[in-house]
Amino acid sequence: MAHHGEVVAKTATEFKYAREQRAAGMRMQVVTFALMIFLTLIAFLAVGAGFSFYFVAPVILLLAGVQVVLQLYYFMHMNEREMGLISFFMWSGILVAFITILCFVTIIWWHNAW
Amino acid sequence: MDFNTKFTPQTWPDHPEQATLEGKNKFVGFWLFLACEIVLFASLFATYLALKNKGPNGMGAEFTTQALFELPLVFVMTMVLLTSSLTSVYAMYHMKNHNFKGTQTWMGITVLLGAVFLGLEIYEFNHYVHLGFNYTHSAFSSAFYTLVGTHGAHVLLGLCWITALIIRNSKRGLNLYNAPKYYVAALYWHFIDVVWVFIFTVVYLMGAM
Repeated sequence: MAHHGEVVAKTATEFKYAREQRAAGMRMQVVTFALMIFLTLIAFLAVGAGFSFYFVAPVILLLAGVQVVLQLYYFMHMNEREMGLISFFMWSGILVAFITILCFVTIIWWHNAW
Repeated sequence: MDFNTKFTPQTWPDHPEQATLEGKNKFVGFWLFLACEIVLFASLFATYLALKNKGPNGMGAEFTTQALFELPLVFVMTMVLLTSSLTSVYAMYHMKNHNFKGTQTWMGITVLLGAVFLGLEIYEFNHYVHLGFNYTHSAFSSAFYTLVGTHGAHVLLGLCWITALIIRNSKRGLNLYNAPKYYVAALYWHFIDVVWVFIFTVVYLMGAM
């Protein structure tokens, strides 16, 4: 399988640099995680506080959107280079998802007696 | 570089999951699969939103989202699953450092947290069924169990998958054969969390109001 590229050992400096870069990246991931926890807390508190549905619903949907973007772009590394094709897949999926949900919530009525 | 090459942390490539052609194909193919999963879950979310709190005449108000859902349980489930997403990031951090023990340990923690999440979900469903809110109770109940249950089935599949990876590779160590396998399993786990973010927001939080 795939014999392109030989095994290359990093020099001591390169190795140290790569490890430091990865450690810095990991610290960034922990910050992202803290942010996600914070957004989740706000969403639950906003619902618990008992504001109007029409105020809280858009806010928590926005918080969910931000959290998902953090998950995709940081935890799943969509922020890295050479992810153009993958971004195309994912955003196409999101577009279809958006249209599907829009359709269902706007064209379906259900007569309900209670 | 091939599957049998032995690596040290110094010779381990920066993107081991994409260092072989098979790894590259797995990577792209798996993302395409995840994009399709978005569409699958979109159809279930759309169905749920259309049928929420709807059912046969005389369904009564005791089985509405407001009466059923208990947010403290959902909050705990959310925290557990979100934390398991971070632990799989730690596993991939160690994988990229060619630290096999670290990878296995953090993947193991991810599985444990996932199992806690699944246990809580089973408890929740069991509770509802005992109240009389079973799968065939109403259009609402079918849509609810199908949406949340499909997510739960994904969690179960992820647990089996990652457990199998941990066991099968326990004596192999890290190489270019299994690095892509661990990587896409971690991607799958993050995706499960992505779907849950919308479930706790759209189903539980918007339902409880």
